[in-house]
Amino acid sequence: MKYTSQMVAKPYFIFALVLLAGEILFGLLMAIQYIYGDFLFPLIPFNVLRMVHTNLLIVLLLFGFMGATYYLIPEETESELWSPKLAIFTFWVFAAAGVATILGYLFVPYAELTELTFNNILPTMGREFLEQPLPTKLGIVLVVVLYILNVLMTVIKGRKTVITTVLLTGLFGLAVFFLFAFYVPDNLIMDKFLWWFTVHLWVEATWELILGALLAFVLIKVTGVDREHIDKWLYLIIAMTMVSGILGTGHHFFYMGAPEYWLWIGSIASAVEPLPFYLMILFAFTMARERKIQHDNEIALTWAKGTAVMGFLGAGVWGFIHTLAPVNMFTHGTQLTAAHGHLAFYGAYIMIVFTVISYAMPILRGRPHGNSKAAQKVELSAFWMMNIGMLGLTLALSAAGIVQILDQRVGTELIGFMESQESISGIYMLRAGFGVLVFAGLLTYFYSFFVKQDA
Amino acid sequence: MTERITKSMAKNIYYGGGAFALLIFFALTFDTVNQIPHRSNQQDMTASVVAGKKIWEDNNCVGCHTIIGEGAYYAPELMNVFQRRGGSDEVAFKDYMQGWMAAQPLDTPHRRKMPQFNLTQEQVDFLSDFLIWTSKVNANEWPPTIEG
Repeated sequence: MKYTSQMVAKPYFIFALVLLAGEILFGLLMAIQYIYGDFLFPLIPFNVLRMVHTNLLIVLLLFGFMGATYYLIPEETESELWSPKLAIFTFWVFAAAGVATILGYLFVPYAELTELTFNNILPTMGREFLEQPLPTKLGIVLVVVLYILNVLMTVIKGRKTVITTVLLTGLFGLAVFFLFAFYVPDNLIMDKFLWWFTVHLWVEATWELILGALLAFVLIKVTGVDREHIDKWLYLIIAMTMVSGILGTGHHFFYMGAPEYWLWIGSIASAVEPLPFYLMILFAFTMARERKIQHDNEIALTWAKGTAVMGFLGAGVWGFIHTLAPVNMFTHGTQLTAAHGHLAFYGAYIMIVFTVISYAMPILRGRPHGNSKAAQKVELSAFWMMNIGMLGLTLALSAAGIVQILDQRVGTELIGFMESQESISGIYMLRAGFGVLVFAGLLTYFYSFFVKQDA
Repeated sequence: MTERITKSMAKNIYYGGGAFALLIFFALTFDTVNQIPHRSNQQDMTASVVAGKKIWEDNNCVGCHTIIGEGAYYAPELMNVFQRRGGSDEVAFKDYMQGWMAAQPLDTPHRRKMPQFNLTQEQVDFLSDFLIWTSKVNANEWPPTIEG
């Protein structure tokens, strides 16, 4: 560790991993409730489980991004962080707000929560992924603004690199597009249309900039490839992201009340969306092949390559499967969307957080050459368990989606939603099984932190 | 392929392409925002429909159901529940909704459960009006069948 202020990244990383365990745990509870509707009912109804599951994901990724940024920015700018104290302060604000929100979801009926948290003054709640009470949303704004300020001030006084510029652009985009979370039009269609400005433009535009910058940083560190070369790749990847991802928002506007031209624009633009992820694979593997140094932290490079591959599969391939308008007519609102969502978030975002943690955490713990070979071996098993688990549950959800479409939407002998879901319950059991594998993988990953170091 | 592209070329594609895409996106957004009132029959969006939407949100209905294909996938699509359960008859649908909401949670073992939300009769009517309004939105022929 070259700069002492990088140390502030550590609590962010640890908390992100704790939240990830919570996220997967709630995912497992949902997987059981999918099969046995009485499970945990009425103690925790499905909508609460889901809210906790998805909100934990969002918050853990923000923690992961923040930790990664605080680790990377001093090294990139070649100067200490502008204010490590502020970074620690925002950590506690965000952690407290996050925990309070989850407890609120679990212990207060949602309708009551809306009343308690001033939702009648400025209604923002009850929309998918943006269920957070108003004080939480304001807390997120406060934390993100202070975070960006901290990063910006550090960059201003230090060295500016392509990585810092791209990262900052992504962070600004993240902040700006979150503002749509505060505007809820009375018209449901207008509401849905603008809601995507936060949801899509986060995950398929601004977050991809952050992802690209983080991946580039780790690749520079573990391969020793010339920065000029890495920068070119980074620009190419994010160029394709911007060109495809922004107009690709149109794939959400096919069948929700927006005009017909989105059928064409959304289909064409999002057909290109796999390209930046494909470039990421080329990027990671080319840099690994051309590497100038043999870093002892081999598992970090494995995670980096894995991110590119799984991101391509989840976001690229599984996105493309249902992104063309004539196909989406039948897949819209089925388990295929859930399949894509799971593998894309895991492959692109959870894995980049793992990548950065795998690279940075040993250094923060005083092991500049990475963890011991034994610990890396354990981590590698965790890597495969989680990847296979996620792929398996994605395949199961895809199969569920296809059956659902055949049951409800194709042919003349249609059956209703509930009946169709019952016919899928075997597949849902398989999904739960793969979910258990993912959780076991995460526990194995945790265990790798405690493997004894070589003497 | 990548050997022939220089860093500055890649940088220009990023800024140029990104700005171009954003520009088109904003132009189309402007047009869409103008078209939505017509496509969604905003003139029929009564106070009751708006109140229904608020109840929909306050009870996090989207945490289980989909509406126009978006939401969770645990419970049925509700854009066309008016046609499916009400036969497109407003009186019949509102009656059905009163009965349905009062009967929750259903006592069928292992069946997925819908919580009891303790809504007043008036609130259930608001919700029905909201769903009736939603069913008439022009969503480019979606959903493909009555089963949603």
